[in-house]
Amino acid sequence: MSENKVAAPAKKLRFMPQLAGRPYLGLSLTLAVIVIMILWPLVTGKDITRETVFTILLSVTLASSLNILLGYTGYVSFGHVVFFGLGGYVGFYLLAIQGWSLWMAMLAGGLSSALLAYLLGRAILRLRGAYFALATIGINEAMRAFINNFKPFGGPIGMTLNFQVYRDYGGASQALWMVFYTMGALTLLAVTVSFFVRTSKFGLGLLAIREDEDAAEVMGVVAPKAKTWAYVLSAIFPGIIGVLFFFKNGSIEPAPAFRLHFSIETIVMVMLGGQGTVLGPVVGSGLYQGIRGYLLTSAIFKNIQLAVAGGLLLLIVLFVPDGVIGWLRHRFPFLRRVLQ
Amino acid sequence: MILQVEGVGKQFGGLQALLDVTFDLPAGQILGLIGPNGAGKTTLFNCINGVYAPSAGRVIFRGEDVTASKTYDMAHRGLARTHQIVRPLNELTVRENVTVGACFGREGHTLGKASQIADEVLAFVELSDRHDQLAGSLNVGQKKRLEMARALAAQPYLLLLDEVLAGLNPSEISRMVDIVKRIRDERSVTIIMIEHVMHAVMNVSDRIIVLDYGEQIAEGSPEEVANNPKVIEAYLGDPELAEQLLNE
Ligand SMILES: Nc1ncnc2c1ncn2[C@@H]1O[C@H](COP(=O)(O)OP(=O)(O)OP(=O)(O)O)[C@@H](O)[C@H]1O
Ligand SMILES: [Mg+2]
Repeated sequence: MSENKVAAPAKKLRFMPQLAGRPYLGLSLTLAVIVIMILWPLVTGKDITRETVFTILLSVTLASSLNILLGYTGYVSFGHVVFFGLGGYVGFYLLAIQGWSLWMAMLAGGLSSALLAYLLGRAILRLRGAYFALATIGINEAMRAFINNFKPFGGPIGMTLNFQVYRDYGGASQALWMVFYTMGALTLLAVTVSFFVRTSKFGLGLLAIREDEDAAEVMGVVAPKAKTWAYVLSAIFPGIIGVLFFFKNGSIEPAPAFRLHFSIETIVMVMLGGQGTVLGPVVGSGLYQGIRGYLLTSAIFKNIQLAVAGGLLLLIVLFVPDGVIGWLRHRFPFLRRVLQ
Repeated sequence: MILQVEGVGKQFGGLQALLDVTFDLPAGQILGLIGPNGAGKTTLFNCINGVYAPSAGRVIFRGEDVTASKTYDMAHRGLARTHQIVRPLNELTVRENVTVGACFGREGHTLGKASQIADEVLAFVELSDRHDQLAGSLNVGQKKRLEMARALAAQPYLLLLDEVLAGLNPSEISRMVDIVKRIRDERSVTIIMIEHVMHAVMNVSDRIIVLDYGEQIAEGSPEEVANNPKVIEAYLGDPELAEQLLNE
């Protein structure tokens, strides 16, 4: 027992106050990238650029939202598109049939998706791993079947928007620009929310759940509650932009609203960029849409783009499980403060 | 009494892992919990901190019946534990691991305050120089100290230590024993300690309980327990341990 007496000399502490002084550098960089994207169509002055960027912004918003659940909490939601579809449907109904304004309809779309996530969360977030993933697919399919038979939403035919509606927004071509900038604002907001979740106490609880849910609970993380709120947060923006997307589209039908492969593509984007990082979904969406855009123009790949997405997912999981940003953070630790 | 265990039993299918375990633990003591492999020691911890609901009996913590509470409720009430098989949050840094303990434990600190506590606790368990490393990259001894730091950061009233000395080399063991004593003396935390390293547990414990096949076969001061024929018999399956015990 003689060694016991050796008391450790008080060590000098050389900690960087990383948690206390939040590094906003990473957020600023991410937002700057998005702002440049939003301004890009102004530079080129082409409508086609606007449409391309719109698709990327939509993906970034979906991917950043999904990342809260997939990347931070470690739960794989294969059927996340259900929130896009349901929000879109509720908003579209209020807009087209009840004559609400776009803004109120978007709010209602976001809230209904959040509500669905809240109710589902209590029930299916008990399931872990593959069981949860399967349940989310089941819910998406069930919702599609339900909407297909739901008369107020037009059943299998869906609903269309009276062209007159666009007049309130300065005519059809003006409305397209307005939709574009609204999408941009929502993307910035979604990414900012994602950042603050990541750097908050709530977010730390989610990361702990991702790493070891039982151990996290033993340390006091109330996992059922935290997971439910993560699910709710990840559902709001998909619901809101569902309304915006179908408003722009002018019509809504069950098949495009609840397309399962849309969910899978979103997962690929998150994984490609780097799950669990704030910048990852942004980079991943950009890269994926770039690849997809190329494949769509190529005659050979046009019909197998989904297979390519699946193959890509496999490659990522096998070789760069941390995605582009995760890999860079690993390889160049000094970049960590910037690449968050 | 900080903890009262009253007739606790636990059954896994046909296996009686615990049978009618009863003891009181006054605040400020270190209670050693020993017994051969599979005696039910870890199961007793699991019944106290809510991992399992006991099949019989009651657990009373700081005067309140907490039988079959959730693990996170027990954490909020001021109970913290380490795991026999370490469970680091691998992809988080050492400091983030400990911050989780402080954020979600008894006091539920804000992130800023919690990371201060984490720094202090990391210095206490002599892990400061690793604070920025991923927890998954630590060696076994360091992971054990991380478990300890996480539990301490919660500022618990009662700390359950499950074989924190297992797998450590002799010098690490003496460092850890020192830390355990200081936790009781400087932080006034009550401790239950499961341990197979006999000389260590005999040395630090105020009192010892011996489990064998789920039953409490002896209880008393380290000397009383070491000289108890029933205890020696229980360890006879393992002559080496029996000898160690006799040598105390
Ligand atoms: N979840 C479980 N399901 C079924 N049996 C279990 C479970 N947990 C423990 N047991 C059994 O209960 C008995 C007691 O196990 P326990 O882990 O509590 O022993 P222990 O005293 O901690 O042993 P050791 O010193 O090896 O850690 C063992 O026979 C074990 O196999
Ligand atoms: Mg054990």
